[in-house]
Amino acid sequence: MSQLAAAATLSAGTSTGEAFQFWVLGTVAVIGALCTILMKKAVHSALCLAGTMIILAIFYLANGAYFLGVVQIIVYTGAIMMLFLFVVMLVGVTAADSLKETIKGQRWLALLCGLGFGILLLVGIGNASLHQFIGLGKANAGGNVEGLAALLFTKYVFAFEITGALLITATLGAMVLTHRERVERARTQRELAEQRVREGKHLPPLPAPGVYARHNAVDIAGLLPDGTPSELTVMQTLRERGQIRDVSDEALGDLKALEQRAAERLERTEEASK
Amino acid sequence: MNPVNYLYLAALLFTIGATGVLIRRNAIVLFMCVELMLNACNLAFVAFSRMHGNLDGQIIAFFTMVVAAAEVVVGLAIIVSLFRSRHSASVDDASLMKL
Amino acid sequence: MENLIALLVAAPLLGAAVLLCGGRRLDRVGHLLGTLLSAASFVIGVLLFTDMLGKSADDRTFTQHLFSWIPVEGFQADVSFQLDQLSMTFVLLISGVGTLIHIYSIGYMEHDERRRRFFGYLNLFLAAMLLLVLADNYLLLYVGWEGVGLASYLLIGFWQHKPSAATAAKKAFLVNRVGDMGLSIAIMLMFTTFGTFAFAPVLKAAEEHQGGGATLTGIALMLLLAACGKSAQVPLQSWLGDAMEGPTPVSALIHAATMVTAGVYLIVRSGAVFNASPDAQLVVVIVGSVTLLFGAIVGCAKDDIKKALAGSTMSQIGYMVLAAGLGPIGYVFAIMHLVTHGFFKAGLFLGAGSVMHGMNDEVDMRKYGALRKYMPVTFVTFGLGYLAIIGFPGLSGFFSKDKIIEAAFAKGGTEGWILGSVALLGAAITAYYMTRVMIMTFFGEKRWQPDAEGHEPHPHESPKSMTIPMIVLAFGSVFAGGFFSIGDRFLHWLEPVTEHSHGNAPISATTVTAATMVVLVIGVVLAYLQYGRRPVPVAAPRGSLLTRAARRDLLQDDFNHVVLVRGGEHLTRSLVYVDHTLVDGVVNGTAASVGGLSGRLRKLQNGYARSYAVSMFGGAALIVAATLLMRAV
Repeated sequence: MSQLAAAATLSAGTSTGEAFQFWVLGTVAVIGALCTILMKKAVHSALCLAGTMIILAIFYLANGAYFLGVVQIIVYTGAIMMLFLFVVMLVGVTAADSLKETIKGQRWLALLCGLGFGILLLVGIGNASLHQFIGLGKANAGGNVEGLAALLFTKYVFAFEITGALLITATLGAMVLTHRERVERARTQRELAEQRVREGKHLPPLPAPGVYARHNAVDIAGLLPDGTPSELTVMQTLRERGQIRDVSDEALGDLKALEQRAAERLERTEEASK
Repeated sequence: MNPVNYLYLAALLFTIGATGVLIRRNAIVLFMCVELMLNACNLAFVAFSRMHGNLDGQIIAFFTMVVAAAEVVVGLAIIVSLFRSRHSASVDDASLMKL
Repeated sequence: MENLIALLVAAPLLGAAVLLCGGRRLDRVGHLLGTLLSAASFVIGVLLFTDMLGKSADDRTFTQHLFSWIPVEGFQADVSFQLDQLSMTFVLLISGVGTLIHIYSIGYMEHDERRRRFFGYLNLFLAAMLLLVLADNYLLLYVGWEGVGLASYLLIGFWQHKPSAATAAKKAFLVNRVGDMGLSIAIMLMFTTFGTFAFAPVLKAAEEHQGGGATLTGIALMLLLAACGKSAQVPLQSWLGDAMEGPTPVSALIHAATMVTAGVYLIVRSGAVFNASPDAQLVVVIVGSVTLLFGAIVGCAKDDIKKALAGSTMSQIGYMVLAAGLGPIGYVFAIMHLVTHGFFKAGLFLGAGSVMHGMNDEVDMRKYGALRKYMPVTFVTFGLGYLAIIGFPGLSGFFSKDKIIEAAFAKGGTEGWILGSVALLGAAITAYYMTRVMIMTFFGEKRWQPDAEGHEPHPHESPKSMTIPMIVLAFGSVFAGGFFSIGDRFLHWLEPVTEHSHGNAPISATTVTAATMVVLVIGVVLAYLQYGRRPVPVAAPRGSLLTRAARRDLLQDDFNHVVLVRGGEHLTRSLVYVDHTLVDGVVNGTAASVGGLSGRLRKLQNGYARSYAVSMFGGAALIVAATLLMRAV
């Protein structure tokens, strides 16, 4: 009887609207998470993750954590995810983005572990005795932010200060890690030119990218006199990302199309000759 | 609706994130998966906070965010410097642990 | 006065330390310093002796406690000294004869560039020996015991450039180790049985037969093993002959004053233990009599003057051990013979050294002859030593050896008759081989041969520093025995320490003396007939089977080689086989299986962080599962 009553209070804690919201947005969040780990390009993963996080922010709001919901959107989705995107742009696209597995058995083991772990967690939650449902009405009575602040600056003040120190340390750490000290004088243009002469490479400026009748684009390699494309003509970033557009086939394709068109015309002439 | 469902959702997201850590090679995506796991935990904390009717769970979630922010800052700096020296963000390329 | 005891040891020890650490700066004065400190020890000994004489017989035990060496609960080892009549006798003998040998060495080692080191070793030898006889417990005695072993090793191998000397030193050291092991086992047995190893309580406990007969017999036999090692008794006698490789003063020191007397000291000092175990005493007398004859026979066959004397030492120590094995009947006479032997054997060795000194270090007696005209002092002192050792009436050896023979008969029963006869036979052989040495060296024709470099020998008398000690020792050889025996002075002196009983002699002392005289004359006459009447061939004749065996020390080395070395080799080989097949098999098998398993496990270590992450995640899953299971249960 008491269990029934507890279940009643539990189920009574949420409105039908929230249930609807949970089922719809929860599905989207899971899809977003799956996309995060399955998208080939890091940019797409980051965007999917941002979506999931926004949904989580909505859930926070629904659960009465108004401050966290806003922080989730502003700090997490706004700042941290943008930092991710920034780094993705900086690092560029690499072969690591391939989803093809290189370690034998890794994927199966990972799936097995994930599945097992997930089932265990779900079973664990299912077995947990969660009969109490109080709700935040009383705790949030004086305002969620005020309530949090009261806790943060009394009970958790030391942890709060220490996390502040942690953030400072992390900032400094990031600076130290990415900063490269210039230990020698910057070389002048003249010195650079002399070095190039000494090393005997690329005395003249780099060649311009290729020009094609329909394109005048930076991602097309220029052709050398013997017809082979020269990667030198494409800018380094595109080269490293492997985003050089190969147009060598296009000429053949065009030729084929031309021949076909000619053949159609000839067919007609053949038919006519028949 | 039973608010325990939030916990099931958190468990699911956590597991997806963990599996992602295991199957992805790009260090950046790896970090995203870790963030996903942290967010799943936060969701669980917030749900617990609501169930128990006090704000401690939210406080913990708040601290988790701070720590995650610090972690991301340092982690991304490591990825950047790693990329500079190895021209790759693949975690497999850094298989220096093997003799 | 008692505080001087430590100085007895400290003086020569200081000398050793200074001489061995002092470096070349001391080269010019090293020998004088060494001699001085040795003499200082003797002077202190004499001072203590006079002090001791002034007290009544019961107050004559002096003790000095220096410090607690190992002050552990239940294991109290002290560095403390005990000077009683027995120790006093030894102290005077050791430091007195030792000092004379020091003086002699000044001349003998004059041309040796390592003389300073030699004197350092001599001082070390004296210090160790004095420590041995002054210790008031077996552990400290053991320190001195090992010190004597070390010093003898250093001195026998002093001319280490000669491989034979190095080998002889090693041999002496190793054979002595066997005896040392016996002593250490004896000490351990004492400690476990009596809980102490100080002389007084151990001997008291032994008198009361604590610990049972078997244990006491074990202790006594282990002590006997130790004595056999140091005193060159059968079966550990093989090192003594080879020890002649050392310089002659060393031989004199080893044979007369130190080292070989240590075994006799140990047996007499532990008298109560032996008294409590008739079985062990029987073994002691058997060892003594066998060695007595063994040494005498070896002495008859050797042409090397020093080795002949070495055989003689073995034989005479055999007498002492025999006497010590007789129990209270013989302890006093063992020590008395030890002292008189110390005089005449030192004199004989120093005489032999003097002869060698004059003969380009030739040691083969067949190449001597007619030296009495060229070395009168040596001849006279050596001759007096000779008369003393064979027991010529009125000289030292006569009194002491005669007493031992009497005591052997006094043992009583069949045993007494056998032992007495053996001792008598030994006396005859002693007379024979010593007469042989005497005749071959000093009488007959010149048989001198040029040495390896072609130098003809020009025999001459040795310098004063060598002859004076010989003269002093000759005095001792002549008068010591009579001085000790008249009015039984020595007996009364030692009796409080060693006890004494007269036993029940089946024949009178006069009869024994007469018998001794008869065998003595027989021995001398036989030797005269064989060597005095006929010319001595320069090359040794082939000789009988016994002679050839005796030349090879009665095959003791061959015996050791066949039984111990070969046996050891076979044992080692079989052990090696077991080691290779069984032990290595197990070890290698384990290693191979671990290696194979590792090779498989190694594949898990592929270096990919993600692989490790999978195992970590799997582990976390397992922990969650375990937690859930525990809650479910």
